[in-house]
Amino acid sequence: MTAGPARRAASPPLVVLLPALLVGLAMLLPLVYLVIRSAGASEAAWALLFRPQTAATLGRTALLVLTVTASSVAIAVPVAWLTVRTDLPLRRLWSVLTMLPLVIPSFVGAFLFVSALGPKGLLQQLLAGPFGVDRLPEIYGLPGATLTLTLLSYPYVLLTLRGALRNLDPVLDEAARSLGYGNRAVLFRVTLPQLRPALAAGSLLVGLYTLSDFGAVSLMRYPTITWIIFQQYETAFDRTIAALLSLVLVGMALAILLVEGYARGRGRYYRSGAGASRRSKAIQLGRWKWLALPLVAGVTLLALGVPSAILAYWLVRGVGAGEPLLILWSATRNSLLVSVLAALVAAVCSIPLAVLVVRYPGKLSQALERSSFTGYALPGIVVALALVFFGATYARPVYQTVWLLVFAYVVLFFPAALGATRAAMLQVSPRLEEAARGLGRNSLQVMQTITVPLIGPGVLMGAALVFLVTMKELPATLILGPLGFKTLSTAVWSAASEAFFAQAAAPALALILISSVPMAFLVLRERSLAPAGGGRPPA
Amino acid sequence: MSQAPSVPVVRCSGVTKRYGAVAAVDGLSFALQPGEILSILGPSGSGKTTVLRLIAGFESPDRGEIRIQGRVVSGPAVHVPPNRRNVGMVFQEYALFPHLTVAQNVSFGLRRMSRQERGRRLAEVLALAGLGGLENRYPHELSGGQQQRVALARTIAPRPITVLLDEPFSNLDAGMRRRLRQEVADILRAHTIATVFVTHDREEAFAMADRIGVMNEGYLEQLDTPDRIYHAPATPFVAQLAGMCDFLPGEVRDGVVATEIGSVPYASDNGPLPEASPVDLLVHPDDLQVLPHPEGTAVIHAREFRGGETILAVRLPSGATVRCRQRASTTLVPGETVTLVPDQGRDFVAFPQAGHRQ
Repeated sequence: MTAGPARRAASPPLVVLLPALLVGLAMLLPLVYLVIRSAGASEAAWALLFRPQTAATLGRTALLVLTVTASSVAIAVPVAWLTVRTDLPLRRLWSVLTMLPLVIPSFVGAFLFVSALGPKGLLQQLLAGPFGVDRLPEIYGLPGATLTLTLLSYPYVLLTLRGALRNLDPVLDEAARSLGYGNRAVLFRVTLPQLRPALAAGSLLVGLYTLSDFGAVSLMRYPTITWIIFQQYETAFDRTIAALLSLVLVGMALAILLVEGYARGRGRYYRSGAGASRRSKAIQLGRWKWLALPLVAGVTLLALGVPSAILAYWLVRGVGAGEPLLILWSATRNSLLVSVLAALVAAVCSIPLAVLVVRYPGKLSQALERSSFTGYALPGIVVALALVFFGATYARPVYQTVWLLVFAYVVLFFPAALGATRAAMLQVSPRLEEAARGLGRNSLQVMQTITVPLIGPGVLMGAALVFLVTMKELPATLILGPLGFKTLSTAVWSAASEAFFAQAAAPALALILISSVPMAFLVLRERSLAPAGGGRPPA
Repeated sequence: MSQAPSVPVVRCSGVTKRYGAVAAVDGLSFALQPGEILSILGPSGSGKTTVLRLIAGFESPDRGEIRIQGRVVSGPAVHVPPNRRNVGMVFQEYALFPHLTVAQNVSFGLRRMSRQERGRRLAEVLALAGLGGLENRYPHELSGGQQQRVALARTIAPRPITVLLDEPFSNLDAGMRRRLRQEVADILRAHTIATVFVTHDREEAFAMADRIGVMNEGYLEQLDTPDRIYHAPATPFVAQLAGMCDFLPGEVRDGVVATEIGSVPYASDNGPLPEASPVDLLVHPDDLQVLPHPEGTAVIHAREFRGGETILAVRLPSGATVRCRQRASTTLVPGETVTLVPDQGRDFVAFPQAGHRQ
C-alpha cells in the first residue's frame, strides 16, 4: 500500500471539535475528582493507608494478577494455535466454544464454583456417599479466585492471539526458510516473536480485568484491594480512605499498562502491504491430534461445561422450590435499560472523537484520545466511588438516578466503543469525504451522509461490546444504582453472597443468555475485529 | 568464474506445476550460468513467481527436475526443503521481520557463523548496500528504497548460491526504481552472483538482464539476449511484450514480403516461408520513415507528443494503422498525407498468420 504523503489537515471543524472536546474532558472527571478529594484527606486516613495491612493487600492483589495472567496465557496459547493454524477436527466448533466463557460474569462463575467445590458443596456431597469424603481441598482464597478468573478471562488472550495468528504473513516464514531456518527455528525465531504484542495486549486485558474484579474475589473471600475499598466505603466512617485506596488501585493499573508497553517492544507489527497475500496452510497434526483434542475439549469442559451443569442444577432446584420470577422480570428490564443506554451513549460519543483522532492527528487529538482511555485503567469500583463523591456534592439532581450510573458505564467502557469506531474510521478513505465536499456538502452534511453511514457497522460493533460488558458490570452498579434499583447482576450477587444459590441461578442464566446475543454478533464479525494495536494507521 | 564446461547454477528440465486444471508453469527448461543475471518477463498471472518459488523450494513441481549446482533438489521423490538449498530470495513485499532491527534482519541468515565473523560480514554487507547508520532502525522506520536494500542485504549476506528476486522494484516510485535497479545490478555483478529476477516491466528486464525469458501462461516463449528479444522475437506475443510495435499484413512473394508499403526482406526463425503464404510483418516505430507527400496514400491519423519524441499514428489505405517515432519537433500534423518508406539494411521479422503456422 503506497500511502500518499501525509497531509497536514486543516484545523478540525467545530461540529467535530466541540463534542470531541466535551467527551474527552468528561472522561477525565472521575479521576480528577478523585485526586481532588484525596488531597483533602485527613491525617487519620493517611495513617490508615500506611498500615502494614495495606501492603499485604497489595501483595495479594499483585499475586492474583500474576497467577491469573500466567494461567490464562498458558491456556490461550495452545488453544489459539490449535484452533487457528492446525487441522484440528471440529476446529470451527472449538473456536466458538472456547470463546464463550467470556459471557459468564466473574461473580456468576465464582458462585458456581463455590457452590460446587466449596465446603458442603455439590462435589463433596457427591463424594460423601460412596467414598465418605467429608473435606475437599480449600477452595476459598487464592486457588478459587485464580481458578474462576482464569477460566473466565483466558478468552481475552485467546481473542487477541487468534487475530494475530490469522494475520501472520506466511511470506515471513518463507523468508526465514530461505535463510536456512527449519520448522522449529521458524516457530521460535519468527512466529512466536511476532505474537508478542498480541500476547502483551491480551495479558493486559486479563491483568486489568483481574485487578478490577470485585465479584469473584469477594465470593472467593480473597481480600484484594477492590474488596477492601468496598468494605471501607460500606463501613468506614471516613470515606476518604476509600478514595486514597482507589488512587493506589489506579497506580497499580498504570503499572500494568507500563509493563505492557514495555513487553510490546519497539518493533512494529503489520502485514507488509502490497502483493498477493496468501493464507498460510493449515499444519497437519497427524497423530498429535489425539493429544490436542482432549486438551481443547478439557478446557471447554472446565470453563463452559462445568459451570453450565452447575447452573442447570441450581435452576432446577430453584424452580422446584418455587423461586419467585417476578423479581427476575424487573431486574432484566433494568439491566437492559442501563445497558442499552450505556451502549448508545458510548457509541454516539465515540464518533466525533474517532473522526478527530483519525482525520486531524495532532497534539490535541492525541491528548483527547488518551484521556478517553482512562476508563481502561480505572476499575469500576474507582469510577463509582469518584462519582458518588462528586454526585453527592455537586450533582445532586442526577445523584441516585440511572443517569449517573450510565455515565459511570460510559467512562468505564468508552475505550471499547472508541476502538471499534476508530478502526471503522480508518477504513474510510478521506477521498470520499473530499469528493462530497467537492460536490457542495458542508462538513456536518458530510458526516451525516458519508462518514456515519460508512462507519455504521463498526460503531454498532462497539455498541455491542459496551452492551456486553455493561450487562456484566457489578461494583459500579452496586454503588451507584438508585435505591431499590435491582439489575440482573446485583440480583445474582446479593443472592450468591448470602449463599442462596438456587435464588441466584435464574438471574444468572438470564444474564448469560442476554449477553450471548451481542457475543454471537461479535464472534461472527471476528474477522473485522482487528487485534489491538495490530495495524498501522495510514499516514 | 566460468570455466569451459561449467555446471549451471540452476537447471530446470521440463518443470511443470499445476494448480487444479491450470498449469502455472508448463514444461519449463532453462539453465542459469554462473554470474549470469536472467530475467523472467511476463504479464501478471503468467507463472513467473511460481518459477521462483519452485527454485526456492516453497513449491514442488508435478513433473520435471530442478538441479542446483548439479544436485537434484526437486524431482521425482526428491524435495530438498527451502532451508537446505542455500538459495536467497528477495520477496516482492520484502518480508522484513517487523520485530527485528535492520542489523538483526541482515544477520538473520548468519547464525552458523562465529560472532566475530558475523559482525564482519554484517558490516561488509551493510556498507555494500549503503545502509550504514541504519543498523538499529526497525523496518517500519525505513523508506521503501531502504527496505528494499535491507531485503537485498539480508538475502546476499549468507552468500547464497543464487539469488531470486520477485518483482523487486514494483513497490517503488519511478525515479527510485530506476536508481535502485542500477544499484542492485551493480552489486550483483560486482559479486558475480547468479540471479533470476521476475518482472513485468520490460525496461527493467532490458536494463538489468544478460538474458530474458518471456513467459506466457506458464510457457516459456523465448529465452534470449535482450537485443534478440526485441529485434528477433520468436512470437508475436514476445514482440508485443518487448516494445511498442504493429503488425502489417503481407504475403511472401519471390522471397520477400510484399505489403501495402512495399516489399521488404524478411527473416524467420524456421527458415524461408512458403511462397504466397500470408504473414504478419512486425514493424517497430523506428522501422519506417515518414515522408510528407501531397499525393501520398497514407494519412496521419493522430499525433502523440511524448517529450523527447513524438509518435505518429499513420493510417494506410487498407485501414491498418502503424505507429512511427519522430523527433519531438516534427511539423507533421494529423490530416496530412504521407508515404512510408521502410528503413533499409536489415531484415524484418515476419510471422505466419494465425491458421497458417507451420
